Amino acid sequence: MSAPAPVPVLRETEAVYWRPRIDPRRLKITGRLWTATTLAHSVPFTATAVGLFLLDPITIPVGLALLAHAWLIPELYARRGANVLRPARRVGEAAERTAIGLLGDLVGHEARDLHARSGLVLERGGLGTWLVGEAGAVLVHPGGRRVHCWCVRVEDPRLPAADRIAHLLLALREDEAGFATVANQAFSGAPWRLRRRIAAPMRPALDAAVRAARG
Amino acid sequence: MARLIRMDHTGHTTLAEWTASDEASVEAAATAFREQLDAGYYGVVSAGEGEARQVTELPRDADLVILRRPIAGG
Repeated sequence: MSAPAPVPVLRETEAVYWRPRIDPRRLKITGRLWTATTLAHSVPFTATAVGLFLLDPITIPVGLALLAHAWLIPELYARRGANVLRPARRVGEAAERTAIGLLGDLVGHEARDLHARSGLVLERGGLGTWLVGEAGAVLVHPGGRRVHCWCVRVEDPRLPAADRIAHLLLALREDEAGFATVANQAFSGAPWRLRRRIAAPMRPALDAAVRAARG
Repeated sequence: MARLIRMDHTGHTTLAEWTASDEASVEAAATAFREQLDAGYYGVVSAGEGEARQVTELPRDADLVILRRPIAGG
């Protein structure tokens, strides 16, 4: 009987040897921890605001400030998540065109069209559906009810945007779990929380990824 | 003809071209490939949509070998 083929491991994971390798179970736990953290930030402020109001309505201004905090902190996290898809500065028209040509060779028609409209590449993986940008990627969990935002990039500021995406896409295809292990998680939560923070042209791409994740 | 390309600031640069039956062209491409690995690039072969594999030797039967930089958490 022949031995099973070795699982390809992204070489970059050697630089983060202390991190446990991402798998579906760990993703689920991480998602729940993010939800718990969000609640831990919001519930005390909201409860205190309500309590103060019940004690004495004169505390309404203080209560409003507390409610603002309860709303703002989760919003800031969602904004951090949206930042992983923020495009970088363009380096030059000719280089961008050349890089788009290569990226186009790596993906299918549908993904190419979506990239032309949104600047993001949709990629189906084993952990869910990915949206790959220039400085990070968003993973839509199977079922489409949660997104994980990952900050990950190639360290060369001179690269054209499409080459940055191609770097991430190739690494993702080499080893999806390794890719998520190397990346720094910036946010996890409901897709709608991310959707309202990303640029308008990117929203259809997120919608498409959510649809794909729902199967 | 197979190609060895490097993603760089120009979009990409073709470093070598070879045909499997031409030993001299394969050797020249393999040398260029090793030089790029020594410079910190990783060699990747796209294995169709959704799949890629990293290579440490030039696969002479591949159509396209792409050299990329390492990625890191931002």
